[in-house]
Amino acid sequence: MTNTAYETIIGLEVHVQLQTNTKLFCRCSTSFGAEPNTQTCPVCIGMPGSLPVMNRQAYALGLKTAVALNCQIPEFTKWDRKQYFYPDLPKGYQISQFDLPMSEHGWLEISDPKGAFETKKIGITRAHLEDDAGKSMHDEAAGRSDSRIDLNRTGTPLLEIVSDPDLRSADEARAYLSELKLLLTYLGVSDCNMQEGSLRVDANINLHIAQGERTAATPIVEVKNMNSFRAVERALRFEANRQFESWQANPVELGSPGGHKTTRGWDDQMQITRIQREKEESSDYRYFPDPDLLPVTATEADVASVRGALGELPAALRVTLAKKYGIDAYDADVLVNQGRPLVAYFEELAAACDDGRRASNWVQQDVLRLLNEMDATIDQFPVTAAALGELLKFIAAGDIDNTRAKDVLQEMIDAQSSAAEAMAKLGIEKVDASDLESLCRELLAANPAVVADLKEGKMKAVGALIGQAKKQNPNVNPAQIKSICIELVKQL
Amino acid sequence: MSLSKADVEKVASLARLKLTDEELSTMTRQLDQVIQYVQQLEELDTSGVQPMAHTADLANVFADDLLRASLPRDAALANAPKRDDECYLVPPVLGD
Repeated sequence: MTNTAYETIIGLEVHVQLQTNTKLFCRCSTSFGAEPNTQTCPVCIGMPGSLPVMNRQAYALGLKTAVALNCQIPEFTKWDRKQYFYPDLPKGYQISQFDLPMSEHGWLEISDPKGAFETKKIGITRAHLEDDAGKSMHDEAAGRSDSRIDLNRTGTPLLEIVSDPDLRSADEARAYLSELKLLLTYLGVSDCNMQEGSLRVDANINLHIAQGERTAATPIVEVKNMNSFRAVERALRFEANRQFESWQANPVELGSPGGHKTTRGWDDQMQITRIQREKEESSDYRYFPDPDLLPVTATEADVASVRGALGELPAALRVTLAKKYGIDAYDADVLVNQGRPLVAYFEELAAACDDGRRASNWVQQDVLRLLNEMDATIDQFPVTAAALGELLKFIAAGDIDNTRAKDVLQEMIDAQSSAAEAMAKLGIEKVDASDLESLCRELLAANPAVVADLKEGKMKAVGALIGQAKKQNPNVNPAQIKSICIELVKQL
Repeated sequence: MSLSKADVEKVASLARLKLTDEELSTMTRQLDQVIQYVQQLEELDTSGVQPMAHTADLANVFADDLLRASLPRDAALANAPKRDDECYLVPPVLGD
């Protein structure tokens, strides 16, 4: 898994669009997909004399996220201008945070239920609030020589979440992103839709290579243009190999001549990274405090009240579910990773059938499979937790077996009926105990070879009888047939 | 400190300004004077003075997250040197 020849050092920068109605510094809509340049105003297109005012909700969502990421919240924060020229940045500067970000020094715990790496805390360097740029489109197909600029996105609130360089593999980077996305979803601060650009990932990666007593570091590469978590994973694998090969061919160390930081873009078609423009020095952005914006202060009481309102977050919820319902850590992980609405469904189901493990199995094996087939979310699932709970109670009572119950669930969906109605429709009735016994006697009489096997203790032989019994009456409970047959053979 | 021509060339380049040799000389002299003027502030003893982020003694000024009408597209695009029906047009942007 990990190459002993080198250690991979990865830090991630995640930009997440906060779910506000309006932009960070003006009241234009942030909704995605509108006609180009229909959601702009003098503030977000940088007209002289316009004044930005901070969106209360954007700050609140940023603060909520920072607190959930275990960040320290300084009492005082301010915004700065980051100057650079690009056609999609009409003001000529981005409003960001430089030396006094709204939060820093947090952490996020990642783990792998399959044990690919140890559970560890990934440091969060900082999370700060800034405005987004617009979109440039170059339509080569139309043979157009100009780029077209749409400024609808300009000014949308972004939270930039910067991790410490604590990640040691592409697997860990993937786990960090999944856990971060899950947390953001639980918090309801972003829809995290990568296709719509609500969540964007840049990665910084280099290698530490053992050189006898000392360790040599390869030049840091910032990787951009990764449009899915899978792309991030692949790009990081590719880049680690590329840097190692490059080092073997020509060992250049970080900071030595030719060893400065570079930017590379991920090419998803070719599955390679390509060199992009040289990264400007940080000082070239000529940050200075934005005189148009006022600072923001947060008291300990403010932070405590935000913390108090967070609700149970994924890490804690996994532990709670495992403990409360007696399910495995792995199962709790699967349920929690599906999001809060599915967890709510599971909890309601577990309460309805009074059996956490059975509820967990049914949610994971059947509800998730059906949702996948329907391409639906749990909110759209046609069977309520209470209705499914009824069915699971019939199973617990021995009225129906697990396999037949799956048919019943399908019937409940098709006919939008209750468990009892679906069972009646399928002709499933509880088979009377005396009927069962006479059926078993018939079967034993007709199958002397099976009886002989059972007498010798070959219990698997009973399977043949169960098959025959189900043919005669599909509603019999296999477990009951098995125990009755074994009991009868003992009496022979 | 005195400003060099190289300093001014760098600042001009970051601001995407193209200066003739003559303009570069004039700018270097004028910017140098501006800096020297502001530099007089260094004569003040500011030890024990809290850094100030803003001249207004205010903080926590927010607006509620309530939608307001945006500019009509034609008005937004009105000042663009070049445009089509929907977008601003700029010389081709290379790379990303």
